[in-house]
Amino acid sequence: MSRKTLTRRQFVAATAMSSAALITAPYVRGAYAAGKLSIGFWDHWVPGANKASTDLVNEWAAKEKVEVTIDYIPSQGNKNLLTIAAEAQAKSGHDIFAMPTWWAHSNAEQLEDVSDIMKPIIAENGEVNGTAKYLGTAGTKWLGVPACVGSQIKGPCSRIDLMKKHAGIDVQEMYPAGSEPKADNWTLETFLKAAEACHKAGFPFGIGLGETTDNVDTAGAIFLSFGAQLVDAKGNLTVKTDAVRQALDFYKKLINFLPPDVAAWDDASNNKWLVSGRGAMIMNPPSAWAVAKRDAPQVAEQCWTHGFPAGPKGRFAPYLPYFWSIWNFSKNKDAAKSLLVHLSKPAAIEKMVVASGGYDLPAYEKLTTLKVWQEEGPPKGTLYHYPNPYKHQTLSIAASPAPPKIAQQIYAQATLTKMCLRYHQGEAMEKTLAWAEGECEGFMRS
Amino acid sequence: MADVALQPDRVGTAQPARKRSSLQKALKRKSTAAFLMTLPLIILIALLVLYPAFYSLHLATLNKSMQRFVGLGNFEFLFKRDTFWLVVKQSCIFAITAVFFKALIGFIVAHFVHNIPAKGQRKWRGMLLVPWVIPPAMSTLAWLWLFDPSYSAFNYTLSFFGIGPIPWTGDAAWARFSVILVNVWYGAPFFMIMYLASLKSVPEQLYEAAAIDGANWWQRIWYVTLPMMRNIIAITTLFSLIVTFANFDIVRILTAGGPLDHTHIFATWAFRIGIEGSDIPLGASVSLFMVPILAVAAIFILRDVNKRGNEA
Repeated sequence: MSRKTLTRRQFVAATAMSSAALITAPYVRGAYAAGKLSIGFWDHWVPGANKASTDLVNEWAAKEKVEVTIDYIPSQGNKNLLTIAAEAQAKSGHDIFAMPTWWAHSNAEQLEDVSDIMKPIIAENGEVNGTAKYLGTAGTKWLGVPACVGSQIKGPCSRIDLMKKHAGIDVQEMYPAGSEPKADNWTLETFLKAAEACHKAGFPFGIGLGETTDNVDTAGAIFLSFGAQLVDAKGNLTVKTDAVRQALDFYKKLINFLPPDVAAWDDASNNKWLVSGRGAMIMNPPSAWAVAKRDAPQVAEQCWTHGFPAGPKGRFAPYLPYFWSIWNFSKNKDAAKSLLVHLSKPAAIEKMVVASGGYDLPAYEKLTTLKVWQEEGPPKGTLYHYPNPYKHQTLSIAASPAPPKIAQQIYAQATLTKMCLRYHQGEAMEKTLAWAEGECEGFMRS
Repeated sequence: MADVALQPDRVGTAQPARKRSSLQKALKRKSTAAFLMTLPLIILIALLVLYPAFYSLHLATLNKSMQRFVGLGNFEFLFKRDTFWLVVKQSCIFAITAVFFKALIGFIVAHFVHNIPAKGQRKWRGMLLVPWVIPPAMSTLAWLWLFDPSYSAFNYTLSFFGIGPIPWTGDAAWARFSVILVNVWYGAPFFMIMYLASLKSVPEQLYEAAAIDGANWWQRIWYVTLPMMRNIIAITTLFSLIVTFANFDIVRILTAGGPLDHTHIFATWAFRIGIEGSDIPLGASVSLFMVPILAVAAIFILRDVNKRGNEA
C-alpha cells in the first residue's frame, strides 16, 4: 500500500490557507448564537404585569441572540418556594430565579456572586435600602439583584373618611400627595387611640395575628419601633429585654381593639376586611386597594396608603423584596448577568412598575419618585407615599437584624405573633418570654 | 392451579436445549407473566416512592446547611422541642379521632344504604361518595369559606338562632374540631363503601339462623355482622390511619397549623420547617417520625388480620 508523505512545506502552506480562510470568511452568527437562558420569574397577581417583564426580556434576547424561556411561578400555595427547594436539591433548573425575601440567603452557597454587576447598577440607580442589603448580601457577596417585581412595603392603608370621622385624623393632611409627610404626631400612641376609637365606632383596624406573612410583618415593624429584637445582629438572644416587654404590652392593648378572630387571619383576611368596608385601616401593599378599585370603588376612593406610626425607637415599615438570583449551576452566567443589568435599567424598572399599577417597588433610592405613584388613583395621589419617597421611615423586615438564617426561622414560625397571642390570652409575661427564648435557641441550630 | 410444575426426572437432557426450554417455560409461567406485567408499576414505585423515601432518610441525617452528616442529631434535637411533642400529640388526636368517627359514620351509613331497596341504592351510593371523589384541596377551600373567620356562612346561619359567632379556626379547640370534621366528611364515604361491600358478602343464612335462635338487633350486629367484617374493618382502619396521619391538604388550607400551632400535624409542620423555614433536614426528620408510629400500628393490625385468616 503506497502512502503519500506530507512535506513540511505542504503542511505550512495548508495551515496558512486554512487560517486565512477562517479569518477572512464572513462571521456567521446564528439566531441564538449566545446560547440559552431559562428564567423563573414570580407570577405577578396584577393582570398584564408579566407581559412587561416578557417584553423586556425578549427585547434583550433579540439584541443578544439568546434563546430565552420564561416560567411565571406563582407564590400561591408556596409553589415558588417548592420550586426553589427542588432546584437547589437537584442542582438543575432555571438559570435565573426570583427569590423572595429570605431565600437568597438560605441558598447562598448555591448562588452566583453578582457583586460585579451590582456596582454599576447602584452607580446608576442610587444606593440600595438597608433591608435589601441585609437580605441580599452575605459578606461582600451579592446573592442576587434586587428585583422591583414583587417587592413591596406593607404600610398602613387607611380609610380617609372613617379615620377622620371616628379618630379625628386626616391621613391626607398627614401624608399629603406631592409633598413631605407632616406626621410627627403619628406615633404608636396616636395609632392605639385611633384603633380604640375606630373599634368603638364598629370599624376596627384589620391587623391579623395569624402565622402568615402579613401578620408577621406588622408585628415585626411594631417590635422594631420599640427596639425589640428576639435575637440581635450578632446572634445573641435578646428576648428577655424591656423593649420586648414594651412591645408585648402594646400588642396586648391593641388586640383588644382588633376584630375578635384575628388569630385565624391569613394574608387574604385583611384584604377582604378593607374591601368589605368593615375596617378603617389595614397594613398591606396597594393590592387590597387595587382589588377594591375593581370590586368596591366606593371603598377604593376613600383609601390612602401612608407611613407607619413611629415608636420610641423610630418609624419602621415592613419591606419585602424579591431578588433575581443566578444559580451557580447555570450554564450561561454571563448572559444571565447581562439580562439582569438590562432589567435594572431605570427605564426597564419604570416600565415594570407602571405595568404593576405602582405595586412593585425598586430598592434604589433614585427610583422612589416615579410618575406612576403620583398619578395613580382614585383618589389621586393615594400611592404617593407608598414608596417612601422622603425616607420618612426605615424599611425593615420582621426578625431583623438577627442573622438571616436565624431570622428566617423566627419569621416562618411566626414567633412574634404567637408571643403576642399567648400574652394576650393570659399567659404570664415571663412565661411567654421563656417560651420565645426556647424557640429562638432552637432556631440557632446550625 | 399450580404455576410451576416440578419435573425432577427430566434433569439429564442436553444443556442448550434445556436452557431454551426452561426459558420458554419460565415465560409461559403465570407468575412470570404477572411479574412482567407489573414491572412498569414496580419501576414506577421504586422511582417515585422508594427513591424519595431513601433520599429523605439521607436528608434527615444531615445538618441544617446539608453539608455535614449528623446521624440521628436531628431527631435528638426534635425530642427536646416542646412544639414537636405538641405536633406528635396533635397528630395522634387528629388521626385517631378522625379514623374513629369515619369508621363509625361509615358503618352506620353502610347499614342504612344496605337496607335501601336495590333499585334506589345505586343513586344513594353515588351521592354519598361525592365528598370522597372531590379533590380534597378543592372541597377544603369550600369549607374554608364556610369557616371564614369574618364571613363564615355557618356563623351567619347560627346568628339567626342567637348562637355564635363561633371562632371555627381562631380558637385552638374549635380549630381542632374543624379540621377533624372536614377530614371525617371527606373520609367517611370510603369507609361506607368498603363496609357496604363487606355487608353484602355476609351470608343471609347466618342472620336467619341468628333470628331462629332469638337474637335481637344488637346481637345480630355483635355476633354476626362484626365478626364477618373484622378483616375489612382492620384493613380499612389501617389504611385510613396511614392516610390520615400523613394528611396535609386539609390542615394546610384550613388553619395552616394555627392558632398557636394547635392544629399542626406531622406533614404541615414538616412543610413549615422544611420548605418555609428552609431547614430541609429537620423537615425530613419530622415527616419520617411518622414511620415508626405507623409501622407499629401496621404490625398490630396486620398480625390480627393474619390470625383471623388462619382461624378461618
